[in-house]
Amino acid sequence: MNDMQFLTWVRGTGLDIALSIFVLGVLWRLFEIYSLGRKPDLTAPRHAAGASGLHTIFRRTLPAEGMLKRAPVSIIGGTAFHIGLAIVVFLFAPHILLIKNLTGLSWPGLPSQFIDLVAVVTMAAMVVVLVDRINKPVKRYLSTFGDWFAWTLTFLPVLTGWMAVQHLLLPYTTMLAIHILTVELLLVFLPFTKLFHAFTAFGSRWYIGKINGHKGVAV
Amino acid sequence: MSASLEKGVRVLKEVIDAPMASYFNSCVHCGLCAEACLFYTETGDPKYTPIHKLEPLRRIYEQEYTLLGRLGKMVGLSKPVTDDELEEWKELVYNSCTLCGRCSAVCPVGNDIAYMVRKFREGMSASGHAPDGIIGAVNRTVTIGSPMGVKLPAVKAQMKHVEEDYGLPIPLDAEGAEYMVMLSSMEIINFPEYLAAIAKIMHQAGKTWTLCSTAFEATNAGMQIGNSDLAKLLVSRIVDGAEKLKVKTVISPECGHAYTALRWEGANLIGRPFTFKVQHIIEVLGEFQEQGLLKTEGFETDKLTFHDPCQLARRGGVIKQQRNLMNMVSKNFVEMPDAGYMNWCCGGGGGASAIEEGEELRLEAFKKKKSQLDTVKPDRLVTACANCRIVLEEGLEHYQMDIPVLGLTELIAEHIPDQTGQKGA
Amino acid sequence: MHGPLIDTLARQGVTRRTFMKYCATLASMMALPPAAGRAMAEAMASAPAATRRPSVIWLPFQECTGCTESITRSHSPTLEGLIFDAISLDYQETLMAAAGHQAEEALHAAMKANEGKYLLIVDGSIPLGLDGAYSCIAGKSNLDTLKEVAKGAAAIVAMGSCAAYGGIPKANPNPTGAVSVSDIIKDKPIINIPGCPPIPVVMTGVLAHFLTFGSLPEMDSKGRPKAFYGETIHDRCYRRPFYDQGKFAKTFDDEGARNGWCLFELGCKGPVTYNACATVKWNGGTSWPVESGHGCLGCSEPDFWDAGGFYKALSMPADPLKMASTAAIAGAAAGVAISFANRGKKSAAKSAHETTTLADLEK
Repeated sequence: MNDMQFLTWVRGTGLDIALSIFVLGVLWRLFEIYSLGRKPDLTAPRHAAGASGLHTIFRRTLPAEGMLKRAPVSIIGGTAFHIGLAIVVFLFAPHILLIKNLTGLSWPGLPSQFIDLVAVVTMAAMVVVLVDRINKPVKRYLSTFGDWFAWTLTFLPVLTGWMAVQHLLLPYTTMLAIHILTVELLLVFLPFTKLFHAFTAFGSRWYIGKINGHKGVAV
Repeated sequence: MSASLEKGVRVLKEVIDAPMASYFNSCVHCGLCAEACLFYTETGDPKYTPIHKLEPLRRIYEQEYTLLGRLGKMVGLSKPVTDDELEEWKELVYNSCTLCGRCSAVCPVGNDIAYMVRKFREGMSASGHAPDGIIGAVNRTVTIGSPMGVKLPAVKAQMKHVEEDYGLPIPLDAEGAEYMVMLSSMEIINFPEYLAAIAKIMHQAGKTWTLCSTAFEATNAGMQIGNSDLAKLLVSRIVDGAEKLKVKTVISPECGHAYTALRWEGANLIGRPFTFKVQHIIEVLGEFQEQGLLKTEGFETDKLTFHDPCQLARRGGVIKQQRNLMNMVSKNFVEMPDAGYMNWCCGGGGGASAIEEGEELRLEAFKKKKSQLDTVKPDRLVTACANCRIVLEEGLEHYQMDIPVLGLTELIAEHIPDQTGQKGA
Repeated sequence: MHGPLIDTLARQGVTRRTFMKYCATLASMMALPPAAGRAMAEAMASAPAATRRPSVIWLPFQECTGCTESITRSHSPTLEGLIFDAISLDYQETLMAAAGHQAEEALHAAMKANEGKYLLIVDGSIPLGLDGAYSCIAGKSNLDTLKEVAKGAAAIVAMGSCAAYGGIPKANPNPTGAVSVSDIIKDKPIINIPGCPPIPVVMTGVLAHFLTFGSLPEMDSKGRPKAFYGETIHDRCYRRPFYDQGKFAKTFDDEGARNGWCLFELGCKGPVTYNACATVKWNGGTSWPVESGHGCLGCSEPDFWDAGGFYKALSMPADPLKMASTAAIAGAAAGVAISFANRGKKSAAKSAHETTTLADLEK
């Protein structure tokens, strides 16, 4: 298989397989998790402004009071790489085109030099949080294979995408194909690993916001 | 019948729900919850990381309710939870967790860890891995009526004392009263001022109130040990009493967990909505203050600070009232760092203070409170939870800090002008 | 500097100075040191007589003659065309006067006379299906001819994408079983000059190098001269700034197209195509596909015909998704099945619930 066949495979059959497993996995997992249901809360609610599931979905994006000081690396590094990922994934023109092709939705992109810069910052932030995970006793203690695996699955597409654009190590065609392949690996594993928090974090935030909102606690 | 692992797992299968599933799937081991937990921050031992305290529960969830978890268990990738493991986790689930909910407050993905620890305790208690200290408290509450073994005659004796000292009537079993006042056994034994304060406040506000002879104890050790059946039994006593006396509102005493048990778990435990309102005494005072029914005179001039009970503030949403009340009677009220919603736990909530073997750890964790207090250097420390009060007093004594602790309700009552003569006339 | 070539050039109005400049340009294009330009000029100019000119045999297989057209007739007269004066093109079916047996004789005579020294140029792919019966010349299959002629060749030039990679005859489903030269010949130096057709100056550049140094120029992993295939069309494209700014033509006649914006979204394969079009251009430097408003087809890359469609952007799926909707249904079905199993399990646990009494707290 030459590099063009490799690229065509990852753009064609590979993408089909990966997206199918992704869609299958996401639906399966969402049903599996949320169909467990919860008992209705019979206690009398106390209403308070700004206390609801929806509020919490947004509010939890910002660190809780006092936490920035206690865990600056986790919070700044984590926030930086999440925002970076969002920018690189959703605002790079070729990516938008793929999304448009798959969903019909489209929006303006950002200049590629800017995306390039963001990709570098994202990778730097990811390396920092990885080092923090290795160095910090609590994080090292908690970490399982799943954590290292999830980090690798997330890091590789950014790295290979950036290397492809920068023409590093391998010819662009091969690197692009590897980039797409790593994204496909990410898609395949996302529903079944810690990466699924990309979906459930919103559900979790909504639940805790709902539970606290019932008590009139704005969190 | 006795406790068994099988029974514990079965109970957990009952209580595992969608929020928990969502939470477990959202955790990325970022470790922020550790930074919010005083048992970790003061000991530096990573095993006290809140989410780690749920590890056996996570495995049971995965093995029972996820396809991959079931497969993993079948092929031996995921090890079944054992009695030995749960016994090891006893310290993590009870001694080193006060259900204070700081971890839940900081989790970036929104995991309500305290919610899960509360549910995990259902399985822990059903499988026989609850600490003896809390089992004893549950035993006394169920058989005698209160965790400290206080019986009605003791309450009556207190009532009599207060009536004599203050000249105010303490109604018992008064049908149709607006408020039914609950006590915690701490207040009956250690802080009789509370009952006197209530009498003065109610008298000034012109509200009818009563104690209930079949339901005076508000604390719920059943909830602390994490057993809904026993918690229900205890809550039912209060519900029965309140419905028998046809009161409009039941007032939870200055006790955080009693408030949570009654206000936020009660109706769910008995399986139907209450026919009466439940308020914490601080909420009632706040309402009186707002409606002008609470009038005080004079101010404390020494430096006061306020310790927010976790269940009242963070888990209960009552944060502003206590501050308004403090300012009503104090000229020199200063806040500790992290006060209010993010206040640090005293270290003895959630039944932890009943665990003897947990005392060393509790005192270690108290360093957090000590550092908070060291920043402010108050003359006196005010709080609104009898359990916090006891734990604070123990900690302060251990660290040789000479800071008296008092309850907010009694502090307010001290500033109520003596109106017995006028009103009585 | 004198010689038949210089004389011929002079007759056609090309000065010696222009010829020298051409050689220098060719050398620089091939990333050779400046002195190489002069060496090339001398090598070509001093080829005095037919006997001393290196023999070149050009075999056409499954091809469309487009490559020959490109090299010989792109614009005339040209310096590229004239370089053929420096070689002895002993067999080229399209160009040679001889036909039939005479042509075959010429071929065999040249092979015999220049055994081990001649340069073999191949255009077109070689069909392997039906024992090679899809394409025969003089009663011999292309496969046999290639093997026979390649044996005595000093080096082989696979001219055009068909000879280099199989090209259009190899396009899915490849009915003739077409393969490239390098799929068959393993023991000779082979250089690929892909393109459909290839750029003339690439051809002459490679010939000049062979004439000057007696060897093939430096090649990339796909056997192409690095000098011409070292960078992608995209990286050298004059429309690249628009790509970087995120300005794309969305259709062939919109505002973006008129403004000359990037054609990426219209399926341009420039980013994955290694060729010199963007710098050398076509028709004597007149224009090239992207300049004329059409995206690059990627014709110099292997299997360009099957790379997902000419008008589909590179970041779009190469094929329509076939399984995704089935997967969605399967996923939902699996989810619902698990939900029911879980709910059953949960309610079983609930109905097995025995109310805890105090005694139950102890083991």
